[in-house]
Amino acid sequence: MKNLGSIHPLLARTTSDLDRRQFLKRGARAVAATAAMSSFPVGLVSRARAADSTIVVGFITSMSGPVSSLGIPYDQGIKAALAFKNQVGGKSVKLIALDDASDPTIAAVNARKLIQESNVDVIIGTAGSPGALAIATVCAETKTPLICIANANPQGEPGNWTITIPQPAPLMIAGAVAHMQQAGVKSVGYMGFADPWGDLVYNALMESTPAAGIKVTSNERYARADTSVTGQALKVFATRPDVFVGGGSGTPGALPYLALRERGYKGQFYGTPAIINPAFVKVGGAAVEGLIASTGPVVVFEQLADTNPTKAVSQEFAKALKATVPDATPNAFSGYSFDAWVLFLAAAENAIKTNAPGTPQFKLALRDALTNAREVVGSHGVYNFKPGSRYGNDERSRVLVKLEKSDWKLIS
Amino acid sequence: MSLDIVLILLIDGLSTGAIYLLAGLGFVLVFSVTRVIFIPSGDIAAFAALTLAAFQSRTVPGSIWLVAAMAVLACLAECVTLVRNGSARRLPHAIFFYAVLPLIPCIAGLAIAKQDVPEILRIAITMALILPMGVLIDRLTLRPLATSSTLILFIVAIAVHFLIAGIGLIVFGPEGVRTNPILDGVASLPGGVVVPAQQILMMIVALLLSLVFYLFFGRSITGKALRATASNRVGARLMGIRPERAAAAAYLIASGLAAIVGILIAPVTTMYYDSGFMIGLKASVGAIIGGMASYPITAIGSVFIGILESGASFVASDYKEIIIFSVVIPVLIWRSFAVHRDGDEEIEELA
Repeated sequence: MKNLGSIHPLLARTTSDLDRRQFLKRGARAVAATAAMSSFPVGLVSRARAADSTIVVGFITSMSGPVSSLGIPYDQGIKAALAFKNQVGGKSVKLIALDDASDPTIAAVNARKLIQESNVDVIIGTAGSPGALAIATVCAETKTPLICIANANPQGEPGNWTITIPQPAPLMIAGAVAHMQQAGVKSVGYMGFADPWGDLVYNALMESTPAAGIKVTSNERYARADTSVTGQALKVFATRPDVFVGGGSGTPGALPYLALRERGYKGQFYGTPAIINPAFVKVGGAAVEGLIASTGPVVVFEQLADTNPTKAVSQEFAKALKATVPDATPNAFSGYSFDAWVLFLAAAENAIKTNAPGTPQFKLALRDALTNAREVVGSHGVYNFKPGSRYGNDERSRVLVKLEKSDWKLIS
Repeated sequence: MSLDIVLILLIDGLSTGAIYLLAGLGFVLVFSVTRVIFIPSGDIAAFAALTLAAFQSRTVPGSIWLVAAMAVLACLAECVTLVRNGSARRLPHAIFFYAVLPLIPCIAGLAIAKQDVPEILRIAITMALILPMGVLIDRLTLRPLATSSTLILFIVAIAVHFLIAGIGLIVFGPEGVRTNPILDGVASLPGGVVVPAQQILMMIVALLLSLVFYLFFGRSITGKALRATASNRVGARLMGIRPERAAAAAYLIASGLAAIVGILIAPVTTMYYDSGFMIGLKASVGAIIGGMASYPITAIGSVFIGILESGASFVASDYKEIIIFSVVIPVLIWRSFAVHRDGDEEIEELA
């Protein structure tokens, strides 16, 4: 074999090429992040930000990677929010947006950059819960308030610097359970992800069903990449529940509903806010027709009664969104970004009276104003936060919607 | 657990097993001819599903650009090698096989993407588009290392998997898809058990392809050449069989099998850019049962994994994956006792 001699150099070349590709990919991300940073004057200038200049908000979302299907709407929401209002208490607001590429490590690095190099007053982020938890740790360390747009509940000191916009799972599940109770349902089957989200939905179900006199008949689990859930569906089927709740999210969330309908299950389907996206409806097709899910009012804001306080906010939001991203319509995720902005504006209005932006005192005042926010109306509901708890939603941030002819219709 | 539940689980397991069988045959074929554990074959299956789904929703699938780019790169690589080796007269041949042939379905795909065409044409073009992927991946990444150790080939195959899964995310996006069933409707068994026609189709295709495999390796010259390369690479070479050509044939067949897997499975489950990996991994358990060498035992092993998975998902859905992959341990112990009887490749490598 005459080419034996070339094996080693060849090999070395190919493997190092692969390494370099990986490295370049990471490098490209870092460069992109740096480029995004440098669009704003960083370094000494920003460190020594004049005390009476602008308020600076850091925004982190996932514009690439697997979480980007949520991350992109989050970004659209914040763009609309900035167009909606970029002044507070006579000061202008500057937004610096960074991509975390669906990677919690990059999310944490970005948070640190925003705080140390751009001296931001508050951070809004990010699309995934693991990334949000990573940011919360950095925020606590640097005493920077975090408005969390993913459904995350950081504990301890990070929790003291965080408020979370999305509705907690138990609140949303309780809405679906109340609807079941009215309909005279006695038993409910459950199949969810084999991950923390699946646990969260199941626990919420176990919490709210006993009071309603409803029995949970099954706790089946599946993975996003499963090729078949027939076994689990049969087991759910065998327990003969009146209705069924799926604990998945996005398109993988459609799998249990499809398998049950295929096996001839006739009961009503319920779902969580996590399945409300256009791709779910497409994949679910006829099987998910008539499905009832709880979600934030912004998803069906046009159908809300005029007396609903969130309707006016959502209309403002829709208008701003249309102006900034013409082909986008408001959805739950862009709504969370918008509400984060609304809460930030309300808090900044208070904090700015006593402290100048860019100072630790201002960040502390902003944190206190955020965690004590009262009756702030957003597109997802009316927020009331209190120190020691991340969630600030009540029943006003929950509506029930039904999937009719591939459209979500408000039912209560 | 009543009888009809057992029956439904059995049928579900058989149809999943049929998928693992097809993927497992591809594993054994590529491994025996090239010593590569071809992890990316799962990704190729996912790409086939996503490509067909894109055609069905009247969009241009990103795989067209991917295949076209790979074809151009592979053609360049081949031409450079030929010129270096002083066999420039084979250039037209190389250009035809590495660039022209793969580009034909790319162009056809672009032409039909936005049109209302019969389903069968979409499936045919998807097949034709995905078919060269294995060969192109081989030419670009694995061929230059063909004489390295099995371990290095394995590591490179894993790296290639991550690379093309990443590309999959870019060209297809993070959302999952489902395709329209090829066969609609259900068949009723006595006892009130219904079987979706698509599952029957999966089993029939697996059965037919197994038969074709059997005939191909037993009767045709190419099949015999592949078998010869598999059993002794150097000996086959001395007999005038080109290992590169045998490898290309193996990759072509494996990609074809992967494409069939993807097209068959996409109507019954939601496919993502990275779904193929799990299918490939479970199929590889079937192939490991077959010792990465025996087609009949791989077939039995794959069907066993399918039925085990179906049963495990009923009995203990939380532990399903653990149960399936635990099977590897006793199999490997058993194999480690049996290996001394098989042809030992390490000895051959020294030769």
